[in-house]
Amino acid sequence: MTSQPILRLRINGQPVETPAPPERILLDLLREDLRLTGTKRGCDLGTCGCCTVLLDGRPTLSCLTLAHLAEGREITTIEGVSTGTALHPVQRAFVDLGATQCGFCTPGFVLTAVALLRERPRPTRDQVVEAIAGNLCRCTGYTKIIEAIEAAARAAPG
Amino acid sequence: MAIRTEPSEPFRLLGQKIPYIEGPMKVTGRAEYTDDIHRPGMLVGKLLRSPWPHARLRRVNVERARAVPGVYAVLTGERYPTPFGVLPITRDETAIAVDRARYIGDIVAAVAARDERTAERALAAVEFEVDALPEYSDPRVGRVPVEAPIHAAGLRGSNLQKEVLQEFGAVDAAFQSAAAVVEVRASFAGVTHAFTEPHCTVAEATPDGRLTVWSATQVPHYLHRALSEVLGMPMHRIRVVKPEIGGAFGGKSDPLPHEIACAALALECGRPVKILFDREEVFYTNHGRHPTYNVVRVAASAEGQLRGYDIEAVIEGGAWSSFGTVTTYYNGVMAMGPYAVPNFRYKGQRVFTNRPPSGAMRAHGGTNIRYSVEVALDELAEQLDLDPFELRRRNALRPNSVTVNQFRITSTSFRKCLAAARDRSGWEEKFRKLPFGEGVGLGCGFYISGSNSPIHFTPKMPQCTVHLKADMDGGIAVHCMQADIGQGSNTLLAAIVAEVVGVELDRVHVTPVDSDITPVDIGSYSSRVTFMMGNAARKAAEAMRDRLLDAAHDLTGYPRELLHVGLERYEVAHRPELGVSYLDALHRAMESGGALQTTGAYTSPPMGGTFKGARAGTAPAYSFAAYVAQVRVDAETGIYRVLKVWAAFDCGRPLNRLAVEGQIEGSIHMGLGQLMGEAMEYRGTRLMNPALLDYKIPMPQQMPEVECLLVGDDDPEGPFGAKEAGEGPLVATLPAVANAIYDAVGVRCYDLPVTPDRLLKAIDRRRAAGTPWKDH
Repeated sequence: MTSQPILRLRINGQPVETPAPPERILLDLLREDLRLTGTKRGCDLGTCGCCTVLLDGRPTLSCLTLAHLAEGREITTIEGVSTGTALHPVQRAFVDLGATQCGFCTPGFVLTAVALLRERPRPTRDQVVEAIAGNLCRCTGYTKIIEAIEAAARAAPG
Repeated sequence: MAIRTEPSEPFRLLGQKIPYIEGPMKVTGRAEYTDDIHRPGMLVGKLLRSPWPHARLRRVNVERARAVPGVYAVLTGERYPTPFGVLPITRDETAIAVDRARYIGDIVAAVAARDERTAERALAAVEFEVDALPEYSDPRVGRVPVEAPIHAAGLRGSNLQKEVLQEFGAVDAAFQSAAAVVEVRASFAGVTHAFTEPHCTVAEATPDGRLTVWSATQVPHYLHRALSEVLGMPMHRIRVVKPEIGGAFGGKSDPLPHEIACAALALECGRPVKILFDREEVFYTNHGRHPTYNVVRVAASAEGQLRGYDIEAVIEGGAWSSFGTVTTYYNGVMAMGPYAVPNFRYKGQRVFTNRPPSGAMRAHGGTNIRYSVEVALDELAEQLDLDPFELRRRNALRPNSVTVNQFRITSTSFRKCLAAARDRSGWEEKFRKLPFGEGVGLGCGFYISGSNSPIHFTPKMPQCTVHLKADMDGGIAVHCMQADIGQGSNTLLAAIVAEVVGVELDRVHVTPVDSDITPVDIGSYSSRVTFMMGNAARKAAEAMRDRLLDAAHDLTGYPRELLHVGLERYEVAHRPELGVSYLDALHRAMESGGALQTTGAYTSPPMGGTFKGARAGTAPAYSFAAYVAQVRVDAETGIYRVLKVWAAFDCGRPLNRLAVEGQIEGSIHMGLGQLMGEAMEYRGTRLMNPALLDYKIPMPQQMPEVECLLVGDDDPEGPFGAKEAGEGPLVATLPAVANAIYDAVGVRCYDLPVTPDRLLKAIDRRRAAGTPWKDH
């Protein structure tokens, strides 16, 4: 076997060094190599948003991202949104308001919402809808997801 | 927002908004789906799919494929040729195509290899010699004999899979004497479930002679049976586990070929094997709603009393039977409610084509026929100069009545649904009164709350069994094979147990579905789980509660009839300070035999007629719906928006309002998808849009505001008065919007999906004809 280039990045605040061929897709790196299986594979074509992670804080489709593009950068996956067994306010709101049904799209929505609220702590309804337009949910009709994001915004201090 | 006026809530948990118990696992990415399972030494399974729409497989050579380094097994159809199917009467699928490929996407070979690339290399090395056969893509040819019928079972050399002829009453006489007759001819493109989690199965054969299969399925028990039959292994040596499911909607309610192929590969090579579909494979696997052509004729008296229905439907089955025999019946009999119809005739045909198989999809068999009926009633109301609500109110089925085809109607709050939808929507001020381009429409629904007729090989056995076990730790383990697919059935199961036994919800642990542990429930389909599992859970919990009350009686000395259930306590009536704690009662009860174990089961009562097909559509209860939609149509572009839906729904008593609202909102989204743009698009036998980019699911921007009006009275047989809310909420959506479009711009929509270009053409036709609408 030829030696593979080493990829260095930070995932959920921790430095990670892992061999990865140049064509390795970030989603495969996370799920297969690092077994961070909270990031979901829904279509492999950038059409469903289930594989959303934050790359330097911005929602990014990991199925369309070469792993090596994350060299030296910070990735947040769903496993890094909260610490320990506590829930992030967005996660809390998703649970309390029934914004998950099957839950397969949920990690992507949570990350999209976390990024939105960092950028806009008090988003309007239109801004919420716009932000989640790249994430597909087939269960909820989006109603409770939108409500949960708005509730999380209201619950945040300041 | 949910509005509920009565009856008052006598329960601590049930009837509240109960967050889903697996919510924290799902929002943190910790919930385990099938593709998250990794077994030591696991191989990648890949399937070769037919590029031929219809071909005889004359010879398959796998020698070169087997020789690819890193390949552990290559299978073709003849290794496990036993046919299977979800319905025992139509077993026509095989794990891998045996001698014929029946559609583009049919599985023709399977490989297990060390990685995906190796597996693909091996698949590319499988060599076929095939004879192309004529391909069939139009179901409307019905029973005409064809050169190469897709299945031998096709009636007299045709591609007709199933034909239904039913007539009740005197239909011709009813139409001859009717004051008004309307006819609607409609067509419906096929739609598919489009759940977010692609199909996935992991299988592992172990040296102890056992096989474990983890699979994304709604029907673990049917999968268990199919695996046993096809692989020739007794069921007790097979263990089926259902991890979390990323959506299903009927698309995972058949035992599917890839699940069996995966197990076959695992048996073949003695290593664990995982098969994960890509999104294109999900589309080809389909089993979605049947492409449909239907004709509905309605006869009525001058006063708007319905005199008869005369219905025809041709539905496209695609390559296999799947649930199709049931679907064929449902496309007629789901018109039996929510109105009393004294005379009824139905002719239905299901026809095979060389396209991806159709099957069961949410509101299975009911969606398209309800659409045509509800549009026809809107036309009838106009013809008779009656308000659409009044027409429906006059014909509403009564509680405790029997339909002409002998459906037993027990509870119905349909009239309350009508009243709530009318009042809350402001119908009086809006109908035919909004400016051109805006409108309101009414559509109504009716659906089974669990099929009375289980797809079951041993019909005398219960449709659902629940086991409870409370041990020294005070936790209550709940075992049941009901499949939580995101609808919240685990949460309901836990809540029922906690409610009845009188403990906090976090004491109750629902064990994941595992055929080694969980007693049989026949699966999550036909909107049966709340009703059937709910009743079984209630019985099991009441048995446990009774044991605990007996123990409380032992401990306190107070008469048993004075003791009642408190929260984590069993108390003496009017003297709650004299009670004993749950744990004390439990430990006392355990002295005689260790862990407290109880069981509850549900079997639906006998019902229905004795004629052929009489059981199709019989259910222990039915849900009812009346929806009003308000739309805004841009008459220059045909683009329209649904602004709001007032969804009055009778699910009996809603046991988890959060889940009921979630089902209604999600159903409206899915129903809007079928109405507004979703379509499996074909060129001949070739599916043109097997991708989420080209299959148009409504965006969040297209989702209307939804007001849930839960107005149902208690059902006499439902658990705590409940009925289904998983599928019925879909059907009223489509006609409500279509009738609102008519109110807005004066054109009827008969061909689904109602895309902007189709709508614009219809508006232009009306303009060209010079017919004004609302002074426009």
